[in-house]
Amino acid sequence: MINYLARRLLMMIPLLIGITLMTFFIMQLAPGKPTDLVTDLNPKMSSEARDRLVKLYDLDKPWHVRYAKWVKRVARLDFGESFRDGRPVMKKIAERLPATLLLNILSLILIFTAALSIGIYSAVHKDSLFDKISTFFVYVGFSVPTFWVALLLMIGLGLKLGLLPISGLRSIHYGDLSAWGKVWDMARHLVLPVLVTGLTGLAALARYSRSAMLEVIRQDYVRTARAKGLSERDVILKHAFRNALIPIVTLLGLMLPELIGGSFIFETIFAYPGMGRLGYDAIMARDYPVLMGIGTIVALLTLLGNLLADVLYAFADPRIRYQ
Amino acid sequence: MIRLYISRIARDRLALAGAVMMLLLIALAAAAPWISPANYADQNLTERLSPPSARHWLGTDDLGRDVLSRMLWGTRVSLVVAFVAVGISTFFGTLVGLIAGYFGRWADAILMRFVDILLCFPTFFLILMVIAFLEPDIVNVMIVIGVTSWTGLARLVRGEALSLRERDFILAARALGASNSRVLFVHLLPNVAAPIVVSATLGVGGAILTESALSFLGLGVQPPDPSWGNMLSAGKDYIYFAWWLSVFPGLAILTTVMAFNLFGEGLRDALDPRS
Repeated sequence: MINYLARRLLMMIPLLIGITLMTFFIMQLAPGKPTDLVTDLNPKMSSEARDRLVKLYDLDKPWHVRYAKWVKRVARLDFGESFRDGRPVMKKIAERLPATLLLNILSLILIFTAALSIGIYSAVHKDSLFDKISTFFVYVGFSVPTFWVALLLMIGLGLKLGLLPISGLRSIHYGDLSAWGKVWDMARHLVLPVLVTGLTGLAALARYSRSAMLEVIRQDYVRTARAKGLSERDVILKHAFRNALIPIVTLLGLMLPELIGGSFIFETIFAYPGMGRLGYDAIMARDYPVLMGIGTIVALLTLLGNLLADVLYAFADPRIRYQ
Repeated sequence: MIRLYISRIARDRLALAGAVMMLLLIALAAAAPWISPANYADQNLTERLSPPSARHWLGTDDLGRDVLSRMLWGTRVSLVVAFVAVGISTFFGTLVGLIAGYFGRWADAILMRFVDILLCFPTFFLILMVIAFLEPDIVNVMIVIGVTSWTGLARLVRGEALSLRERDFILAARALGASNSRVLFVHLLPNVAAPIVVSATLGVGGAILTESALSFLGLGVQPPDPSWGNMLSAGKDYIYFAWWLSVFPGLAILTTVMAFNLFGEGLRDALDPRS
């Protein structure tokens, strides 16, 4: 296991370098100089001052020199200062990251618990009414524009019925609430964003786990387990499901970038104070340092998520460990 | 062969329904200029935000424009954007996959590490970033969606090519002196065509969703050009009292994406040699 982990970690190094190169080059694609925003808005800016800025950002140096300097700072998690308010980028991201992680982890929990239950039940009761209805909803979940669902839910549950708050993470009177009141308040704010963020993944995983289960149920070892006289519950959960889980774990790694990509839309729609909305605002304002920071952090998170998925995979399937 | 596939699809009710809806949508898009009850850009401020009626089947928007006509023209925009984007991504995905799988070694290592790196970035974030730097317009949206969504296909094609390149018919072609490009495009490509066609069909649905999300955020198709996404974006300000502005374009996206998904999956089953 340790051997496997070490190899897996070594493989991440070229990817890490690649990620920083990629982020750096996308930013080089940007039209104009990053200093234009500062200089254009200030007609009094003298040409000497402009030159100073160019020097400060090393815009007179070739790309590899700038890249090396940038990477050196990134290694210390220093992404420079935001063009908009001059605050350190890392600080801005650190403020927003917990909210985004909370949202996505809750969505992941929702996706995995709901989708696996639906998938297993549908597979075991193939062609039942439940299976047909859930298959229909899975198709809809796959094809529906999620931002539209968000819009309809906000109107239906939020405005018309007044059941749930539709924006932000906390109410205005949050400060006056008791400890439990605070948790309850945040939970209510999280319902819609978590639901909407998890929708596509839920549909995908429900479908995937259904077919993985169907595949496994036909196998000889499941028949053997039944023949041994085990209870149906043990056969399904211990013998079939555990084996169906192996391919499902790999999906986790693919799902993470999708989830985080969704944050950029949903956090904007729900005015959710997370990294996705910070990124959206930064894109709109062409705040390059913030964008480069978010790009790198997001890719790092994905990399870590993939590592986690691989480790889980190795746990689920001993053949991987001993290769 | 083709007849076998068609008969398989015809027996699959869901796939057939998808195919019919798909053809109907393409026909509607093509006929938009002739069947639209009104010009999609004609404003009539005396008829602002009027609910669905005999005169305006799907109502009018905040500028008094006929929603049905805008939706019909929007079908055109959505389908064209999706087809071009998928064309681009299919081209890159196939090319990269074939080269990596067939040549192996360093070509494979470099291309696939590049794919791994791209896969670490959420596609939607990449698209948002690049679009924000360029001018958001139809052409840029098509190109950006296309060049950011080929990685999955590249991996798929690479896997297929990798397993095919040791097969006898490829070795025979090489032994007969076929050039690399001939082996790639004449011998390998037809044998990986099935998964490519399936992935392209399913890709159309994905591209429509991405375009509508971008347009909804104001970074895609720009008004006054109608797209389902920017219609939803404009409608959301009036959603409380003009539900028709938000319901119909969303349903259009849902139906269209579903049509392509249903057909794509039917196609996958029909083209699967194991079935």
